Amino acid sequence: MNQPAPPMALLAELTHRCPLACPYCSNPLTLERAGNELDTDDWRRVLTEAANLGVLQAHFSGGEPLIRKDLETLIAHAAGCGLYTNLITSGMALSQARANALAQAGLDHAQLSLQDTDAAGADRFAGSKDTLAKKTASAAMLRNADLPLTLNAVMHRGNLDHLEAMIETALRFGAGRLEVAHVQYYGWALRNRAALMPTRAQIDRATGIVTAARARLSGRLVIDYVVPDYYASRPKACMGGWGQRFLNVDPVGRVLPCHAATTIPGLVFENVREKPLAEIWKDSAAFNRFRGTAWMPEPCRNCERREMDWGGCRCQALALTGDAGATDPACALSPRHDEMFKTAQSEAVAPAPEFIYRRMDGV
Amino acid sequence: MSAAIVTADSCPALARGVKMRFDAARQQWMLNAPERVLLLDEIAQIILSRCDGVVSVDALCRELALEFASPQEIIQADVTEMLAGMLHRGFIRI
Repeated sequence: MNQPAPPMALLAELTHRCPLACPYCSNPLTLERAGNELDTDDWRRVLTEAANLGVLQAHFSGGEPLIRKDLETLIAHAAGCGLYTNLITSGMALSQARANALAQAGLDHAQLSLQDTDAAGADRFAGSKDTLAKKTASAAMLRNADLPLTLNAVMHRGNLDHLEAMIETALRFGAGRLEVAHVQYYGWALRNRAALMPTRAQIDRATGIVTAARARLSGRLVIDYVVPDYYASRPKACMGGWGQRFLNVDPVGRVLPCHAATTIPGLVFENVREKPLAEIWKDSAAFNRFRGTAWMPEPCRNCERREMDWGGCRCQALALTGDAGATDPACALSPRHDEMFKTAQSEAVAPAPEFIYRRMDGV
Repeated sequence: MSAAIVTADSCPALARGVKMRFDAARQQWMLNAPERVLLLDEIAQIILSRCDGVVSVDALCRELALEFASPQEIIQADVTEMLAGMLHRGFIRI
């Protein structure tokens, strides 16, 4: 195999600890405990190695990265390496002093999640209390610290009808960008799929709202929006292609092609405690397993879009077909596509079951 | 709230959170923006490096017309179109 191009971005999952219990949590089913987490020196080395490898952006994520007391130290280190730094936070435990310290450390941008524009909904979808009030306060703190802000809204059947209010909230929060992110159904979210799946009519309405808002707010608010896989006809280039653009370092140092890759059985993930990041990026069997196009089955292998969508999402292929190497059922060319679409349709119109919340006991 | 539009009087600047840098690994000018990277060609880099929030599109294009010995109206049409796209995608503000 040719040498892979350098990665563009590092997702640094500092911790799995989190104050929220979202039913669509994207962290793996088995969460890592605080005692196993990489320490400050480990992360400093990872960030330096990432910058040397050609990484341009470092996304500090989790769990909730604010739980790490060394977050400012790590942001300052990343900024010193020339990395563009982004904080992905729930904003549940922010203070003005902390926001100022993050800005002082050289943070370039913050992404704040919001579960709903309605206070009761925000509490219910996050499995927490005073969620909307705390996040509203955090948005103001981040803006007071002069940090550019993206509002991240994970959408599903329970809140998709509040999309217009979500756009207004992004403007009120002073965000320059809004990510309308539909729930991705693998890992924990798959357990709650029937409680979260929107109807086709909801999706169509949302698409219309986004199209109108993009025109109305051009130059003021950027809205990122992708039709969810279950209702799409072509898969999206998950992570920009496996092993093409992203690498993810989890709280204990495992290097993953995507944050959900641990759902795939049989893959062995190397650890930054044992090997240099550059070696892992180039040579690790897990990265090379689905990198490029040689692994692809038909009809992907000869598809004209094979280097556009890179075969879609491996975790989704696994979740829905039992085979991580199968054609992503999001693609209309997959033999499982109709089944996927019908599953979505029938779950979306059935009464929503209770959520199974994500809790991490003892932390 | 209505859409923002680039005119001759606009004074564009990189949007908040957007940084221009030369990447040694790729030998390439680029914009780093929230969760996005935009690779810049030479012309885009020259134009954006002069977008300081003070100089107007009109003045900027007058300078470029002199330097590149081309009619200002042609340059201004191209520059305005490029900046309009950059504004819509959130890379600049006016």
